Amino acid sequence: MVTRVAGATAQLEDEAITIIREVAAECERPVLLFSGGKDSVVMLHLARRAFWPARIPFPVMHVDTGHNFDEVIAFRDRTVDLFDVKLIVASVQDSIDRGRVHEDTGPRASRNPLQTVTLLDAITEHRFDAVFGGARRDEERARAKERVVSHRDEFGQWDPKNQRPELWGIYNTRRNRGEHVRVFPLSNWTELDVWRFIAERDVELPSLYFAHHRQVFRRDGMLMATNRHVPRLDGEEPFEALVRFRTIGDATCTAAVESAAFTVDDIVAETAVARVTERGATRADDRISEAGMEDRKRQGYF
Amino acid sequence: MQPDTTAGRQRAPLRFATVGSVDDGKSTLIGRLLLDSKSIFEDQLEHIEAVSKRRGNDYVDLALLTDGLRAEREQGITIDVAYRYFSTPVRSFIIADCPGHVQYTRNAITGASTADLALVLVDARHGIVEQTRRHSLLVSLLGVPHLVICVNKMDLVGHDRDQFDAIRQEFTEFAARLDLRDVTFIPISALDGDNVVDRSANMTWYEGPTLLHHLETVYTASDENLIDVRFPVQYVIRPQRADHHDYRGYAGTVAAGTLRPGDEVLVLPSGLTSRIARIDTADGPVDEARPSMAVTVLLADDLDVSRGDMICRPNNHPTPSQDLDATIAWMDSEAPLALRRVYALKHTTRTVRAMITDVHYRLDVHSLHRDTEATELKLNEIGRVTLRATAPLFADDYRRSRVTGSFVLIDEATNQTVAAGMLRTATA
Repeated sequence: MVTRVAGATAQLEDEAITIIREVAAECERPVLLFSGGKDSVVMLHLARRAFWPARIPFPVMHVDTGHNFDEVIAFRDRTVDLFDVKLIVASVQDSIDRGRVHEDTGPRASRNPLQTVTLLDAITEHRFDAVFGGARRDEERARAKERVVSHRDEFGQWDPKNQRPELWGIYNTRRNRGEHVRVFPLSNWTELDVWRFIAERDVELPSLYFAHHRQVFRRDGMLMATNRHVPRLDGEEPFEALVRFRTIGDATCTAAVESAAFTVDDIVAETAVARVTERGATRADDRISEAGMEDRKRQGYF
Repeated sequence: MQPDTTAGRQRAPLRFATVGSVDDGKSTLIGRLLLDSKSIFEDQLEHIEAVSKRRGNDYVDLALLTDGLRAEREQGITIDVAYRYFSTPVRSFIIADCPGHVQYTRNAITGASTADLALVLVDARHGIVEQTRRHSLLVSLLGVPHLVICVNKMDLVGHDRDQFDAIRQEFTEFAARLDLRDVTFIPISALDGDNVVDRSANMTWYEGPTLLHHLETVYTASDENLIDVRFPVQYVIRPQRADHHDYRGYAGTVAAGTLRPGDEVLVLPSGLTSRIARIDTADGPVDEARPSMAVTVLLADDLDVSRGDMICRPNNHPTPSQDLDATIAWMDSEAPLALRRVYALKHTTRTVRAMITDVHYRLDVHSLHRDTEATELKLNEIGRVTLRATAPLFADDYRRSRVTGSFVLIDEATNQTVAAGMLRTATA
């Protein structure tokens, strides 16, 4: 018999597991969004812990822009095998081919905004009624306002001014046919909590999160990886740098940071003294406008 | 004093709610806490500096940090609860930043429902006003264990001790009619930072803690109910696999009390008894489960137990009842409470249907007057009601157990959460 030796994240972990179980009990067709990014990996670990020793009772889904880092896709496939969960890939390329979305071209084009349509189409096609995501309230100011269980109407829209009151630990998961709820069990976690969990639970992550030498170029004050998906502009000369990624999304809009953090412990130490938020440092997609995230979320974005 | 840890678990974050309007200096205070504890990131500060400048403000508007929605930024008010996170070497904190305006009372109640501590701001120039009374009443009704009255803008009253003492005296007289267990008064100036993080050189007469020191040290472990064992069954785990094929575990989160292997238990509603054979987690069995821990309980006997059932003790359990007495806060902007209309009622992991059969009174949130003529409750109104449920609930008095004493009502047509309820039982 072990006495539970748990660390700083124990209470947040219990809260997340409670939320995952509640939604699995009340919804018929949940799905977990899984990109291979650290927050979604933490979600997968929490889901396994919530139902252990049984299997995770829902599939995972990746909305694939087709512009991802190869290492991350390989990690994704290896991880779903290891966790014995079913992977659904919703492809932005398919949405383009079917004429559901129109792709911008040019060196600054990103498929990131197109993901919303692909995501909502996949939710409709598979009749998912609850979609787990790894978003956290500390990431962004519109997310700071969102409920843990957040209702989406039949168009996938979020109405921030008419959110259901969410009291105590009582979650209202009710929805009509064709509607769904987005569920964010990591709402109260910070970036540092995520890394502490990764350290305490020996969570394996894609190698991109750790310091490595890579060809990069400077754009808008950020370090973008040279990549077949990102054409360079005049004057954007590639050079080698010691970098890591604090967030991993589509290669066209995720930047690296200079870092010599080679291990999880190095990263915990680096994160504890970070002076810039992870999205502020590395996400071109958040720089659209003062309310960029709120506007995208209203339309059904993650 | 006992150490504030639980079997090797580090201290949970302190959840505190700030209730107030921009005019009280609430955003300035939160901004001050975040700035002085070095919890604001450079890009966040640059962002609000740029927005403030573009709008032609002379100063950096710290409210922009927490007012995240377009409508809030446009109108310059807090509409919905915003959650913010910061930590010091001693403790980590979750702030639920709640709106102060009366039309957003439901959002303030939402923020207060999970708070360990509430922070109410009083303007030193104006003393106790209508809003202070309303916010304190909500803190009392929601059973928030600790209240801090921050007497702010002390710089504008010459840091006068008599003014502070008079406000404390006036509040103490008013609070005698409320159910507030622990009230602390701190004279501050959020603008200058006096007594927020650092001690004030201007108020040497004040010998109490600074606000941050109080938040870091307030003792919350005794707020947990460790006596009444309540384990609502949330999910039955039955792995359909060879290596665990006889496994039948009841997953859930401890609402109150301490569970240990070997304990005699009684399961509601069946009333059948058994013994706890094991308490499981993904890391293996544990020798104790305390409030808020998510675990899986295995019983020695093969009973029929399902989601919505409650595991408690043979000599300490709620009395199942379909008739409920409760204080409720109405939260629906579309329609008032309708007598005898059927709503969904969610209490712990159990959902039943219920109707309100009687409104006893509506509470005036400012005068505390009970209007016994009232027959309905509208948005943001609070009253005492009787409900009749389609099936028995395993209810505790809210003042004794926040988790098993609370419920919500949901409109079955719109799926909106329309009311928050706090149960009253005769035995508490």
